[in-house]
Amino acid sequence: MSDINPMSIALKTCAKTFADGTKALEPLDLSINAGETVVFLGPSGCGKTTTLRIIAGLEEPDAGGQVLFDGQDVTQTPIEQRNVGMVFQSYALFPNMSVAENIGYGLKIRKMPSSQIRTRVGEMLGMMQIEKLANRRIDQLSGGQRQRVALARAIAVRPRALLLDEPLTALDAKLRDTLRLEIDTLLRSLQITAIYVTHDQAEAMALGDRIVVMEHGRVAQIGAPRDIYQKPATRFVADFIGTMNRLNGAVRNGVFTCRAGDLPWPEAPADASEILFRPEDIRVTESGEASRLQGTIASAFFLGDRTRLFVEVGEKLPLVVESTARRDFSRGEQIGLAIDPRGILIL
Amino acid sequence: MRTKWLFNLQLAFTLLVCAFLIVPVILSIMAGLTVNYLVGIESGLTLRWVMEVWNGYRNTIFLSIGISLACLVVTLLIGIPTAYVLARRQSALARAIEELLVMPVAVPGLATALALIVTYGSLSGFRTSWAFILVGHVLFTLPFMVRSVLAVLMAIDLNTLEEGAASLGASWWRRFRDIVLPNCRAGILAGSLMVVTLSMGEFNMTWLLHTPFTKTLPVGLADAYASLRLEIGSAYTLVFFLMIMPLLLALQAFAQPRLKKFVAEDDIHE
Ligand SMILES: Nc1ncnc2c1ncn2[C@@H]1O[C@H](COP(=O)(O)OP(=O)(O)OP(=O)(O)O)[C@@H](O)[C@H]1O
Ligand SMILES: [Mg+2]
Repeated sequence: MSDINPMSIALKTCAKTFADGTKALEPLDLSINAGETVVFLGPSGCGKTTTLRIIAGLEEPDAGGQVLFDGQDVTQTPIEQRNVGMVFQSYALFPNMSVAENIGYGLKIRKMPSSQIRTRVGEMLGMMQIEKLANRRIDQLSGGQRQRVALARAIAVRPRALLLDEPLTALDAKLRDTLRLEIDTLLRSLQITAIYVTHDQAEAMALGDRIVVMEHGRVAQIGAPRDIYQKPATRFVADFIGTMNRLNGAVRNGVFTCRAGDLPWPEAPADASEILFRPEDIRVTESGEASRLQGTIASAFFLGDRTRLFVEVGEKLPLVVESTARRDFSRGEQIGLAIDPRGILIL
Repeated sequence: MRTKWLFNLQLAFTLLVCAFLIVPVILSIMAGLTVNYLVGIESGLTLRWVMEVWNGYRNTIFLSIGISLACLVVTLLIGIPTAYVLARRQSALARAIEELLVMPVAVPGLATALALIVTYGSLSGFRTSWAFILVGHVLFTLPFMVRSVLAVLMAIDLNTLEEGAASLGASWWRRFRDIVLPNCRAGILAGSLMVVTLSMGEFNMTWLLHTPFTKTLPVGLADAYASLRLEIGSAYTLVFFLMIMPLLLALQAFAQPRLKKFVAEDDIHE
């Protein structure tokens, strides 16, 4: 499958103002390495699709913006000459063609001889495990099958990059997991440069070599999934990715004091007034264990392998705590808490 | 049991409605084939009236078919691109044009005809040619073509389909030919049937626009009913049916979608 020759992509000060005056993107710089899978992640309306469409050539950046493929300026090149594969949220399969014709369409445009088209289409059908569907009409396919056809169609022409805009959003949760795994395997085996847009952080974590977190038309942070999770650059990123707990208080003599009690924290910076930490860095203390932090259980959800607790500690929001203890938790129960200082963030 | 009873009732009702619509047609056709309508079928069957119509009014029939086909070609050439542009533009102007397009249908045909005569009547070569009637027919039928194509284009997500095709390398022309046209086939067919039948049967406007040299079928039919025997008028109707039916069926067949079958490599060699 090394027949694809991946390219690097760069955006230079690409801003986008729509005709109606909507400022969708602030000037944006971004560089994506050849063969890398980058995920654009962010809340609805933050400009993910717009950025993707600028890369594809479906939107033009405001004056001054530049799109570079392998260092070459393609800003003025129309999409049909950019050789990028696209997978749309709505699939955009052609209803007037069969599955095989859809997959072969790009090859036909490229004037490939029909025997070669047949071979390549057969290859793609096999790769996506949809051989049996070759002669179906598009309206005779399920959502998951349509998505496979859309992927096969985009890959068949050996594009230099693959752009996917929320390809799994229209599918149910179970199918999404299966297809996510398939897409992950596919992208890695093809070693193609891929940009994947989603607002689902689990999808982003699973697929991305790097994640670009976006907020209001700006890049909030770029980094590997682990970095983004463990070292969020801003409060927005911290809140958007995973669950974040916060406590307000003050530091005195290596102890952080808040309404819930005291937290011994030798390395505490003197001016810390709010600390943030993930649910996995706080635990319920064993009975008999000394604890200087106390809370009241507001609600408890048994999830099978663990119990998710919402603990009232006199802050605006309850703390989210997860426990694997083999015991029942009941509402209103007083529990002791311990926080691992290594997981504490100050932003 | 209950459903069967209900089904029978529906069937009976459907047949009744069909009979109500079809019986006059059959009677009219029969009238065109009987020797003397007033005496009835006992007077015997004859092709005499049909022949008389054929000899006397043949030209009106051919003119009508010619005009309706020309009208179809013109409305296809203007209507499809218009619908395409209207579907792609979401602006208020596009919506306004869409509404304005219905005007020639809402305005009485006589008024449109008068306007045409007042404006172009002095161009005598034009006034006496069949193209003058064609212009009126195009004005009248174009909205039907645009509307039915537009309705289909609005129902599919045209922009995304075209973007998909563009991402696969298709130029504007390829997209229009491979994606837009085939996907509005149903609308083009509906519009075409409408245009042909409307043009073929248009009387109001044509009655004012025609000259003795450019008499169309409905105008001739009115003449026949007004001045000749009822049998001749009926035979005229019969001839009209015989001519238009194959035309409409051909249009239908022409617009059938075709999917090419994919044969895998190994199946060919076996
Ligand atoms: N054609 C357009 N005209 C005007 N404004 C637009 C247009 N397309 C997008 N916008 C605006 O630009 C902003 C960014 O839109 P974009 O589609 O890039 O968001 P997104 O991050 O993809 O969101 P979502 O997750 O909902 O798909 C939004 O405020 C949107 O309303
Ligand atoms: Mg989007």
